[in-house]
Amino acid sequence: MAAYALSMPFMVAFALMIAVPLVYAGYLSLFKKQLIGGVSFVGMDNYARALTDPSFLGGVGRMALFLVIQVPVMLGLSLLFALILDSGMLRLQKFIRLGVFLPYAIPSVIATLMWGYLYGKDFGPFAQLAKSLGLPAPDFLAGGNVLFSIMNIVTWGFVGYNMIVMYAALRSIPAELYEAARVDGAGEWRVAWSIKIPAIKGALLLTTIFSVIGSFQLFNEPNLLRVIAPAAIGQDYTPNMYAFQLSFVNQDANYAAAIAFLLGIVIMAVSYGVQLTTNRKEKAS
Amino acid sequence: MSRDISRRSILAAFPLAALSVSALTACGGGTSSASGGPSSPVSQADIDSAMKKDTKLTFWTWVPDIQKEVDLFQAKYPAMKVEVVNVGQGGAHYQKLRAAIQAGKGAPDVVQMEFDKLPSFTLTDNLLDLTPYGIGDLKPDYPGWVWDGVTPGGKGIFGVPQDTGPMGMLYREDLFTAAGITAPKTWDEFAAAVSTYRGKNSSSMLVNWAPSSEANMLGLFWQAGGRPFSYDGTRNVKINLTGDAACKKVTSFWNDLFRSRNIGNEPDFADAWYQGLNNGKYAAWLTGAWGPVFLQGTAKSTAGKWRAAPLPQWDSSKPASGNYGGSTDAVLKSSENPIAAAMLARFVNTDDKAALTLANEQFLFPPSTKTLKNPAFADAAASFYGGQKVNQQFTDIASTVQEGFQFLPFNDYAASSYDKTMGKAIGDRSDLNAALSAWQDDLVQYAKGQGFTVAS
Repeated sequence: MAAYALSMPFMVAFALMIAVPLVYAGYLSLFKKQLIGGVSFVGMDNYARALTDPSFLGGVGRMALFLVIQVPVMLGLSLLFALILDSGMLRLQKFIRLGVFLPYAIPSVIATLMWGYLYGKDFGPFAQLAKSLGLPAPDFLAGGNVLFSIMNIVTWGFVGYNMIVMYAALRSIPAELYEAARVDGAGEWRVAWSIKIPAIKGALLLTTIFSVIGSFQLFNEPNLLRVIAPAAIGQDYTPNMYAFQLSFVNQDANYAAAIAFLLGIVIMAVSYGVQLTTNRKEKAS
Repeated sequence: MSRDISRRSILAAFPLAALSVSALTACGGGTSSASGGPSSPVSQADIDSAMKKDTKLTFWTWVPDIQKEVDLFQAKYPAMKVEVVNVGQGGAHYQKLRAAIQAGKGAPDVVQMEFDKLPSFTLTDNLLDLTPYGIGDLKPDYPGWVWDGVTPGGKGIFGVPQDTGPMGMLYREDLFTAAGITAPKTWDEFAAAVSTYRGKNSSSMLVNWAPSSEANMLGLFWQAGGRPFSYDGTRNVKINLTGDAACKKVTSFWNDLFRSRNIGNEPDFADAWYQGLNNGKYAAWLTGAWGPVFLQGTAKSTAGKWRAAPLPQWDSSKPASGNYGGSTDAVLKSSENPIAAAMLARFVNTDDKAALTLANEQFLFPPSTKTLKNPAFADAAASFYGGQKVNQQFTDIASTVQEGFQFLPFNDYAASSYDKTMGKAIGDRSDLNAALSAWQDDLVQYAKGQGFTVAS
């Protein structure tokens, strides 16, 4: 009985915040509501429509590309910073740790506004610099470049967060392991490669999966940059932007619910895929 | 560790769906409001007794300092208590309104509503027809095109006009003079001026035209005599962008300008654009009658250098203009105090003192002929415009706006569809004529999908 009583608050919150909305969304996704003609039951039609909808598929594809490029770069940088900090070779350690982490404390809306200004073609510092060197101003917000500009904003924001997770894992490795390795003649790189990185595999997997989820859910950054780059960033640029558009502009909440569900499935599948590959590797080794 | 993560990854993935969905649930099922409102006229005795009864009204609007006019209303009708709420401007305002309507509670009595949004809310039967409340007697006070705006489909009067935006041209006289040009009277002259100006200025342009501005482009269609849309109040819409000669003419004209690279295509109301108006990168702005005051606040450093003129004309013997922007105050059908609500909407916009305050202190461009002709409004000299009587200039323009223009009952979608077709072509400087066809096709597809009968 005590066990049930203790888990009650969680169960209630879970039911109210997750289970009920989820079931309701699933229910909504089976209907169609027209401005003229009202609501009708359409079964899986919304899902079938989504699977051939270039806007949805394009958004998922774009986020997959984002994921493949941005996540390795970001996590690689995080790992590098974490290892450097952990090695204790730096002066001003606390200051640097805080400095790398600080962007994470800035809300993504503010960060995007700030980067939007930095990217500006007329008055941004990069453009000014290029002009003073007599070069053409780089167009960070042009169609082909804007995805990379967004990657940069997200990386800037989240390197520090992931670094802290990895750094915390590194601090929990028993120091005896390092001593033993040094006795065997291992240098700092060797220790990092053969002891530290394998020991924090769990943290690496965790940050990878969180980053995968974060990538597919991208919304704030592209949505805000749209204001200054409307031709390069469409309303269906990411799946979440598309769902928002469907619901609040097209007045098609039912189809938006189906999109949200499908996106959830994509994310679960990819996360599971990531996990499966790492487990396999473990078994193989 | 890995087992732990698998559970977390699932939990973490779900909130995504839950999150998107919790936002959506607000727009889910919902009930349509009861069809309130009388069909026969409400008597003056009913109005008098309603206005003496203690009543609380909620008024959603984003007009700054509207409390001034509301105070006048409360002073005249001491039994009225009006709560003014600003739930956000533009998109946010309408999303919250829709959510409250769907939820069946929390919706205001009176609501600010732009002209191009009215038909979307009459379509869903959320607005009260004000005809029985005597609003029809206001009709002679307004130019025909303003009255068109509050009577979409001719099925009733669904709002009281608050402000309008007949289009004109604001331009830098000093830059024009330096380039050896004068304010162009016709579009042909305008095109010539664009290239002359560009020829004398390597880093600036005569004008900028933003990609994401359906409302602005519709104003130009309107001026040229384009009537691409209509809605009969039931299930029939007309979408005829590509068959309308005026829309095609305007599109093809701007297509040439964009292709020549002699005009800007920057997004408006963004940093770089504000800077552009301030530092002479753009020497003119084609905008609504609300533009002069807006510009005054935005481009302070250029005070005294601007002038206002009518839009260039297609046929200078028949001066014409279109409207860009402007609002009404509408009453929701769900209001429990329809008489008081209708009186509030009427009072803040038409009481002599309230209307003049809106025009002269809040700088809303007045819709009614009476206020437009009031010397306290019309004769004001604007130092930002070198002492020109800018109000008088736009009053003259307002009288040239033609009747008969309608918006689609899903203008939000029309605007976003414009962004991805026309707006994209403007941003990329690609074929605008092809984009007009793409816009037409996309709108027809959406309308059919929503159950409308579509004529072209």
